[in-house]
Amino acid sequence: MKKLLAFLLFGFMFLGLSAQNKSDLPNITLKNLDGESVNIAELNNDGKPFVMTFWATWCGPCVKEHNALSDVYDDWVEETGVKIFSVSIDDARSTAKIKPFVDGKGWPFVILLDVNKDLARAMNVSNPPHTFLFDGNGKIVWQHTGYLEGGEEDLYQEILKISK
Amino acid sequence: MKKLLIFISLIIGVTSLQAQDFLNKSKVSGSFEVNTQYYMPDESIGITDSTLNNKFFGINGFGKIQYTLGNFTAGIRFESFQTPLLGFRPELEGTGIANYYATYDNGTIGVTVGDIYDQFGSGLVFRTYEEWSLGFDNSLRGMRAVYRPCDGVTFKGVYGKQRFYWASYGRDENRGIIRGVDGEWDLNQSLAAMSNAKFRLGVGGSFVSNYQEAAQNDPIYKVPENVSAAAGRINMGYGRFSFTTEYAYKINNPSAINNMIYKNGEALLSSLAYSQKGLGVVLQVKRVDNMSFKSDYTAKENDLDINFIPPINYTHTHSLPAMYSYSTQPNGEMGIQFQVNYLIPKKTLLGGKYGTKVAFNYSQVNDIVRDSITYNGKKVLYRKGTLGYSSPFFGISDKVFYRDINFEIDKKISKKWSIIVQYINLIYDIETIEGHSGAPTVRADIAFLDLTYKITPKHSIRMELQHLWDCIGTGYEVPEGAEKDYIKRGNWFSALLEYSIAPKWFVSVADKYNYGNPVAEYRDHYFTASVGYIKDATRITLSGGRQSEGMVCVGGVCRVVPASSGVSLTVTTAF
Repeated sequence: MKKLLAFLLFGFMFLGLSAQNKSDLPNITLKNLDGESVNIAELNNDGKPFVMTFWATWCGPCVKEHNALSDVYDDWVEETGVKIFSVSIDDARSTAKIKPFVDGKGWPFVILLDVNKDLARAMNVSNPPHTFLFDGNGKIVWQHTGYLEGGEEDLYQEILKISK
Repeated sequence: MKKLLIFISLIIGVTSLQAQDFLNKSKVSGSFEVNTQYYMPDESIGITDSTLNNKFFGINGFGKIQYTLGNFTAGIRFESFQTPLLGFRPELEGTGIANYYATYDNGTIGVTVGDIYDQFGSGLVFRTYEEWSLGFDNSLRGMRAVYRPCDGVTFKGVYGKQRFYWASYGRDENRGIIRGVDGEWDLNQSLAAMSNAKFRLGVGGSFVSNYQEAAQNDPIYKVPENVSAAAGRINMGYGRFSFTTEYAYKINNPSAINNMIYKNGEALLSSLAYSQKGLGVVLQVKRVDNMSFKSDYTAKENDLDINFIPPINYTHTHSLPAMYSYSTQPNGEMGIQFQVNYLIPKKTLLGGKYGTKVAFNYSQVNDIVRDSITYNGKKVLYRKGTLGYSSPFFGISDKVFYRDINFEIDKKISKKWSIIVQYINLIYDIETIEGHSGAPTVRADIAFLDLTYKITPKHSIRMELQHLWDCIGTGYEVPEGAEKDYIKRGNWFSALLEYSIAPKWFVSVADKYNYGNPVAEYRDHYFTASVGYIKDATRITLSGGRQSEGMVCVGGVCRVVPASSGVSLTVTTAF
């Protein structure tokens, strides 16, 4: 039995090896606000950097961070072409409320629903807000947990470093 | 032997060929979190050496390591509760590898062996998850397979046995074997003709069964060994409108939670939403009737839950309203929630320079109606071993478990100032929700103010003020001997001051004062001070002071945190 398991593990590893993997994005499928499935491994921003930020409707600092990002988003996009993927880790109680919530706040980000925290687990996110910056190839270049007033400026400096 | 040699040389060959690739493509990541607390006796809030039972230290910690190689991922999680922090279940005490798994997923086919977290639909019949802040983990040790034949179509199957603290997964008749399947079809994604349609439609269905061998040995009742539940769901949208609904049904399942009645269970959850940039409106309704579903019929509280019944009320996180957080009543509830989020546009009278965010929320949960049934020629209600009761589907009892009406304004006034104000009106049936029998229902008004001033772009000061007016005050006559049921009752005042230097430092002081408690000894101050440091994905927080009794709730599952006094240190990191 143990041998079989070891064999299976090896098999898995080789299968994994043979597959193309250039990015740090896991092969996890989430829903978007229209109920469509989105494979996270396929997220990209046409070779430009992108941000993935984990939040929840019940998380005060997350809402503050999103408000702050929303205020500067147009400028950031214009200057660096960056894109923000915002991943809600709210559970099923809020699934139907996320779209009205986001629209009611006027947030312009791409929203993904991580209802059972599959992506959060795969990305080792313990507490929201947790923000990742990916380069154009999908490699994590920076991450930060928590949000303090003015913290978005730090993220912007990191984006500037990798967008030429 | 020859074959083996060939096999080995083949492996070596492939490995050396791909060694470079191997290093490039594999990745190790993980996270680590430890919460420690040093408790001190504090007689004025009833904590003495003897109540602490010589357990002055509490530690909850976990470390997780994950290895990824292309489509393959494997991970282990080590946990240690030596001893668990106050308010966590004593069964958690222990140290060891609590969780491991290996997954291969190429987007079309996925297989996981080990400890599985998954959810079918909204979770009404199946959800395994982990909530560190509650010490909750109902993961399934077994196998999971996913098949996505084309865009928009997903089939899933799971099989295994649930985690029960540190209990062994070996032969154990008391925890059932869970088997479940789920299918989902999004028509817009899978049918070319509908890909750009204004009308969106998705359907799904699931079936879960639990086989518990021990059920046949019940000394009194004939308990079904196989309990199954099924659910169906629809997800529709047209332009700015969307409608989702899920209905679940469970066969008779007498259990410790439902007083051993043989009634079937059912649950319905529906939402209607309208949403456009700047305005979101949502209406949700819910009916739950005898829907506790566990892999052991004798399990209590939140142990071994197979399903998850989402609460539909607003989640309060400010310290005073959060003392009265609703937790789902799986035996029966009728709930409604109506929520509006509106952004008053920029450059209008009320919107100002940055726009103003307003939100209104109304939520209410009542009991279901239960009519007596005839058993052996007699009228009985909720009697053990019977069908229990009959309940009209649309019947709503007069008994209010919870009601919350709140209004919030979130406004950035200038580059320097921003403000959040919230007013909350709350009804909370403390007798049902927390089991304080005989205690009058909490009827409270709460005002909240959060004021932030940016001194420089990175230095900020934040002040939080809260006041709670309870319907009972200092003059209320508490029945002799029932004082314990009145802890945290009466008026409260709370203030917090925080200074932060983004993105790394924060320091805060806070006080909560239960000045209006009807029991004089409970009129205490709860003073705390904290300092925190954040660097990238690492956060260290040190705090000291007094913690009031309260409830920590995540997703309607709650944990009672007893009052305590001491120093705590929390470290979290991810890599």
